Amino acid sequence: MSASALSAADRRRPWLLLAPSLITLFLLMILPIGIMTIFSFYEFVTAGVEKETFTTANWHEFLTDPFYHMFLWKTIRVSAITAILCAVMGYPAAYCIAMTTYKHKWVLLLLLIVPFWISFTIRTFSWIHILGEQGAINVSLLKLGLISEPLPMLYTEGAVIMGMIHFLLPYMILNVYVAIEGIDRNLISAARTLGCTAWQAFYEVVLPLSLPGLMAGLLLCFVLAAGSYVTPQILGSTRDALFGNIIFDTIMGELNWPMGSTLSLVLLIFLGAVAAVYSRYMGLSRVFKGLGG
Amino acid sequence: MSLDTSTRGFGWRAVQVFTVLVYIFMFAPILVVIVLSFNASQFGGFPMTGFSLHWYAKLLENESVLRAFQTSLWVAVVTSVVCTVLGILAAVALVRYEFPGKEWVNTILIAPALVPETVLGVGLLLLIRFAHQPRTLWLLVLGHIMLALPYVVLVVQARLIGVKRVYEDAAMSLGANRFQTFREITLPLIMPAIVASVLLVFTISFDNITASMFWRPSGVETMPTEILSMLKISISPEINALGTLMIVVTVGLPLLGGGLARYLARSAR
Repeated sequence: MSASALSAADRRRPWLLLAPSLITLFLLMILPIGIMTIFSFYEFVTAGVEKETFTTANWHEFLTDPFYHMFLWKTIRVSAITAILCAVMGYPAAYCIAMTTYKHKWVLLLLLIVPFWISFTIRTFSWIHILGEQGAINVSLLKLGLISEPLPMLYTEGAVIMGMIHFLLPYMILNVYVAIEGIDRNLISAARTLGCTAWQAFYEVVLPLSLPGLMAGLLLCFVLAAGSYVTPQILGSTRDALFGNIIFDTIMGELNWPMGSTLSLVLLIFLGAVAAVYSRYMGLSRVFKGLGG
Repeated sequence: MSLDTSTRGFGWRAVQVFTVLVYIFMFAPILVVIVLSFNASQFGGFPMTGFSLHWYAKLLENESVLRAFQTSLWVAVVTSVVCTVLGILAAVALVRYEFPGKEWVNTILIAPALVPETVLGVGLLLLIRFAHQPRTLWLLVLGHIMLALPYVVLVVQARLIGVKRVYEDAAMSLGANRFQTFREITLPLIMPAIVASVLLVFTISFDNITASMFWRPSGVETMPTEILSMLKISISPEINALGTLMIVVTVGLPLLGGGLARYLARSAR
């Protein structure tokens, strides 16, 4: 057998190994997004029925109807608040885990992974027991006589944000932790020897070097929050719906497939743009690392 | 916690206290579900009126919960087997071979983890509509395979990078063919990652709600969608019992698996 024939087989081999995965993803992800694009130009007739003609009516409706703009804006606001609060809560915790001299650090790390194993639905509805009328906070305050009526905390935007922080915080902490853990400790010692206070050493050395991890965490939290619709369903009232809820209702409720496709594409394009801006400055490889744990 | 007091003062103490509070924030709501599942009261919330296992007994008689459990179990088992096999093949190609377009392939394989699940959910449903096919449980399986594939690729890839190529080269030079080399050398060495992947895919599938709400055949409930529809009726104590059982299973399983993986890693060395 000649050398070139062998190398041709060698060249084919990775593609044979990749074929099942790539075909699966082509059929289930790429092709459907293509179909979605076609559907967004179809005409909606009535629930579950559409005409296969070319119309820009759906896009026109999205671009002109303030109803959609309001929900898109609200989704951006709620996701941004969620991501920022995750950073505020997650950064000090990640710093503490990375810097601690505690003997059983692995327990702290294990506890960060455990939430990923607990059902998202259960973690979300558990907040009903904290914020609800019969929840821990209201029942305690009533018993102490501090309030005479239960506070309306559940089924509000605050409850939705709380639920999303609860679900996203481990992603943030892990991303920041990996970044801080990777910093050469000698740099901190050097800064201290050269006269920095502990705070200055943190502000001048640790914070800038951990920034990529923090940014990756922010992106992940923002994107995952902006795509969610189950948390508002469980912890919010109808007023607290996010863009994902609008998509779900349009498709599963109204059976308006063309408009549902349009709105899905809007969400995809918007979050894709956010990720593209991010990757332009930071690169996406760190996000992959964060996902892999 | 021990700390070096000469360099760590009040600020560090504050960070420690804050971290403890963050951990309480993460786990208190979950502990409340577990505690309330033993509440004798017929309401799902506080106050506790007494200890009872009544809600667990009631759960075992709840046929729709049992059916949802069977559905989720079946979907998760099929998904984790198929997805892990696909992921291993892809990871081997990515780590062991150089080929043009590798960056692109990598991005496509990770994409399902980054594209919003709502979009993936709508997309697959459109495909089915476009092809005039009915929604069956297989749609749920296929969808879950897509959602979990990136994680298998990442986990197996990470392990495979750590396995030196010389072992495989040695086996090949001693006359083993590629398949034998993979089965006898590579597979045992990446076994911990495979166990981890199977468990990860299982929990991803068993737990998925966002996309499953789109994909499930009408009238079929998976475990998470069943909980959601129970929540819409009332916050019954049965949900707390169900939640507690699921926590015990999904936390216990990976801990067991982690132990097993560590054991395998030791015996493979």
